[in-house]
Amino acid sequence: MPLPPSGPRSTLASLAVIAAICIGATGALAYTAGWLSPDRLTPTKLVDALAPPTGPVPGYRRNHAKGICFTGSFAANGNGTALSRARVFETGAHPALGRFNLGTPDPGAPDTTVRVRGLGLQITADDGAVWRAAMINAPVFPVSTPEAFYELLRVPASKAPNAMAAFVAAHPEFSAFGAWAKSPDWTASYAQEPYNSLDAFLFTDAAGAEQAVRWSFRPEAPPERITPEAFGKRGPASLEQEITDRVAAAPQRWTLVLTVADPGDPTADPSRAWPEGRRSVEAGTLVVQRIEPEADGPCRDINFDPTILPDGIRVSDDPFPAARSAAYARSYDLRTAEAKDYPKRTSEAAR
Amino acid sequence: MTPGGKRFTGGQRLLHWSMAACIIAMFFIGVGMVSTVMPTYVPLLATHKTLGVAIFVLALVRLGVRARSGAPPLPADLPAPMRLAAHLSHYGLYGLMFALPLLGWAMLSAGAYPVVLYGGLRLPAILPQNPALHTLLWNAHYYLAFAFFALVLAHVAAALFHALIRRDGVFEAMAPLGSRTGGPSSR
Repeated sequence: MPLPPSGPRSTLASLAVIAAICIGATGALAYTAGWLSPDRLTPTKLVDALAPPTGPVPGYRRNHAKGICFTGSFAANGNGTALSRARVFETGAHPALGRFNLGTPDPGAPDTTVRVRGLGLQITADDGAVWRAAMINAPVFPVSTPEAFYELLRVPASKAPNAMAAFVAAHPEFSAFGAWAKSPDWTASYAQEPYNSLDAFLFTDAAGAEQAVRWSFRPEAPPERITPEAFGKRGPASLEQEITDRVAAAPQRWTLVLTVADPGDPTADPSRAWPEGRRSVEAGTLVVQRIEPEADGPCRDINFDPTILPDGIRVSDDPFPAARSAAYARSYDLRTAEAKDYPKRTSEAAR
Repeated sequence: MTPGGKRFTGGQRLLHWSMAACIIAMFFIGVGMVSTVMPTYVPLLATHKTLGVAIFVLALVRLGVRARSGAPPLPADLPAPMRLAAHLSHYGLYGLMFALPLLGWAMLSAGAYPVVLYGGLRLPAILPQNPALHTLLWNAHYYLAFAFFALVLAHVAAALFHALIRRDGVFEAMAPLGSRTGGPSSR
């Protein structure tokens, strides 16, 4: 034997070393997991803050909970290849599926109570690469940072007087979104809304050159403006019926417009629009061919995570796609565990 | 020292220590990424998937090497309960090295997520999309990961127990470099 077993005193010292290493490693893991940092903004906190005062509705998305599925295709015209090598921009029809939705945590919210309308979209290229996006009709995002968004979500629960006024004073960037939200220019159709990425992403072309891009799906259907009062008379769930009837009559189309940042444009702040006159490229047309109810539709169990991107598109210095990805995953984990609370067949549930 | 001062081969020790680094990194990346909304979330997630696949592949290689080269015998005077614990914990370590990457891959498949690694490598789905399966696999991945961490800690504690207290050559058999109690020179 090279060395005798250690004596009692050094055994005790050795046991202490072993215990210290195990405790230290466990502490480091606990710290990394945020268990020692109650102030850390976690996906769980962000998602919990989205819940209405009556609590989250089990089985449904924790935000943009009211929605309807569609399938169709993205007909690329080839122009987008000037900005990105993603195959989805090569000329041809790429299968698409998606979801029209309302920006509310309540799947039963009346249409008139929700200003923000959204589009979740998945386009699959012929090489199998998947591009997912979640866009809204607002021209800008309400705030500059995920932390500010969390503060905004907590305003309604605040007991402080004039909490909203205090929030707006602390976050002057909110005014652009606030003005849009108050404007009476509503439409009565998902088909008449534009859907904007708001966040900037980096597009890489075939030569490897990178540029920051925001995009919009602009509707072919001309917007027919309607006041919220007149829209309210159509009933609490007119949007889903309207888009179902409209698409049954004819496919609906949106043009994908890619807008390229100039040097110095705020790529990290989706609350700030880029100046007019930026280079833009029309990359193709989204064609919505078929509407299906969400309960057993193809969009139901899809997480429209904006960081699921094909080669040729990646996240920029905009902090929101990462925060949204983390929160969407949490929402997805919760709702898939509650699937029994949202029966698959609406017809069976209604019986 | 193990009988005859026999050690694991250089290749086995290289595999052991490089996988140790990967696996310990995975625990921290895993708990870190699910508790943050910061921009690092995106690269952490990509690293977690890529490293998971790397660990799975290395574990396959390792099992093959183990079957070929074997392992030095445990000291003859090791008490039976410790011998049993040594054997069972190694089955657990090997099992989890394979199980966790597969559970993660299967969980993403059941959630209809594309599995894209660094370098643009895309893995096919190994399960159909299904919410109940996603939940089951998510829970298995989550809780088994903590069990794996606990098992690795027990493994480290046992290794140090052999190195510092029993001084029986078991640690030296897998030590990255030669040591005064049992290096290649003592072979």
